[in-house]
Amino acid sequence: MGRSWHGGAMAAGVLVAAFAAWEIGVRAFRVKPIVLPPPSAVFAEFFSAPGWYLGHAWYTLLVTLAGFALAVVLGVALAVLIVESRLMEKSVYALIIGLNSVPKVAVAPLFVIWLGTDAEPKIAIAFLIAVFAIVIDAVLGLKSVPPDILDLARALRGGRLATLWRIRFPCALPSLFAGMKVAISLALVGAIVGEFVSSQRGLGYVILAAQGNFDTARVFAAILVLAVMGVALFWLIAWLERLAIPWHASQKVHLPTP
Amino acid sequence: MTAGSAAGIEVRALRKRFADVGVTALEEISMSIAPGEFVSVLGPSGCGKSTLLRCIAGLEMPSSGSIRVNGAEVSGPPEGLGMVFQRDALLDWRNVADNLMLPIDFRRGDRAMARARAASLLAMTGLQGFESAYPAQLSGGMRQRVAICRALVDDPVLLLMDEPFGALDALTRDQMNVELQRMWLAEHKTVMFVTHSITEAIFLGDRVVVFTPRPGRIAEVIEVGLPRPRRLAVRSSETFNAYASRIRTLFEGMGLLKEEA
Ligand SMILES: Nc1ncnc2c1ncn2[C@@H]1O[C@H](COP(=O)(O)OP(=O)(O)OP(=O)(O)O)[C@@H](O)[C@H]1O
Ligand SMILES: [Mg+2]
Repeated sequence: MGRSWHGGAMAAGVLVAAFAAWEIGVRAFRVKPIVLPPPSAVFAEFFSAPGWYLGHAWYTLLVTLAGFALAVVLGVALAVLIVESRLMEKSVYALIIGLNSVPKVAVAPLFVIWLGTDAEPKIAIAFLIAVFAIVIDAVLGLKSVPPDILDLARALRGGRLATLWRIRFPCALPSLFAGMKVAISLALVGAIVGEFVSSQRGLGYVILAAQGNFDTARVFAAILVLAVMGVALFWLIAWLERLAIPWHASQKVHLPTP
Repeated sequence: MTAGSAAGIEVRALRKRFADVGVTALEEISMSIAPGEFVSVLGPSGCGKSTLLRCIAGLEMPSSGSIRVNGAEVSGPPEGLGMVFQRDALLDWRNVADNLMLPIDFRRGDRAMARARAASLLAMTGLQGFESAYPAQLSGGMRQRVAICRALVDDPVLLLMDEPFGALDALTRDQMNVELQRMWLAEHKTVMFVTHSITEAIFLGDRVVVFTPRPGRIAEVIEVGLPRPRRLAVRSSETFNAYASRIRTLFEGMGLLKEEA
């Protein structure tokens, strides 16, 4: 407990120092605000209309979470099919590994054509960018069950479904959470890309519109909000991980004293 | 098969070959084990003891020959099987108490009914107080004891134990020998018990089956005539030592035990 507080204080210290260096550097070298505004100007920009920023952030957050949730649900379902069926592994999994190297951002405009300009295409892009990390890590996790444990399940006459539910799923959780930590950040990237392509709402839209007006302070303010959101989402997953797999080596456990 | 009864085992001309690696693990194995009998299996490393257990458990299919458990040809794990694997095979994500409930969960049994037996098994193996510990928090010997409790908790009719006491210190091992005998005397399950310890094999077994090096064949079956309940002190008796030296002579004959270089 004390340790994580300590870590938090350290990170905050580094952050404050970075902002101070930024402020001093910009002033000392007389950098034009249109190139790089000082953090004081960025904060001033944000606090001139915090509600407006948070409104757009809320939209981006919802798109991100929707894309992420879809990626988890469909990604895990697909991973189960891949692990349970040789045929699926040979066909779909190979395809997925191949598709993963295609730059997904490039297909973003297609989604606008297919799904219109509402939230749906943005959610679709967030989903598409995030889902690969989920599938790949979930497959890895579902296959990571030690052979002894699978023998045990068979010796106990556990059926396929029971083995999946009682053995494979829990065994896959550490790997799945690793995938989710990557995927949540990717979903946020996907949401922003979606808003870049076409939108009247969200932080991606704010950035794009501000860029059109050379309003660099506004771009930075939006990026700052995005950064806070990204970190918060990551910690949310890390927190869920602690709740879900207290037994795992990645979570420090202490002997209960009998 | 009804709970509380015990299973008989018939092995006929069993041969097991792992074709992919070209290894013949077992050759011409025939034995019958009566319901409620305690059979120790002794043999050099790699002679196929685990393989035999896995074949009887229906986890491995024989290359030829047949295995019957309670009269039925084995085509998969039989009902009422309790198995202790050479490695403990505990579930990292379940604490000790929940690890013990796995057999109950798999047959959708009532956990509440199994709790009392689980608690007494944990007490018997010196694990009370560790119910909520995760396997990562246990020593190797403690983990193995949990695995033994798990194999026993659902009151199996057939107990297959693959070097269950291998990771225990000498004292705990003696204690577990005593407890296992006590429980066997009370419940008379059919037990097949693989071990590397000659002493343990004799102390626990009604019979000791001695294997040759790979491909494993039965070198000799020794009837242990010591009366029960056996006390640990019996191990220094003359009769006991006679059994032990007979087994040692067998191993010497196989070239496994040499005193001169
Ligand atoms: N699944 C498998 N595939 C291929 N070969 C195997 C397999 N299982 C066992 N073997 C081989 O069969 C032989 C017997 O193995 P087994 O594990 O039954 O020996 P063991 O008598 O239990 O040895 P130990 O006392 O060291 O545990 C070994 O040579 C081993 O390499
Ligand atoms: Mg073995």
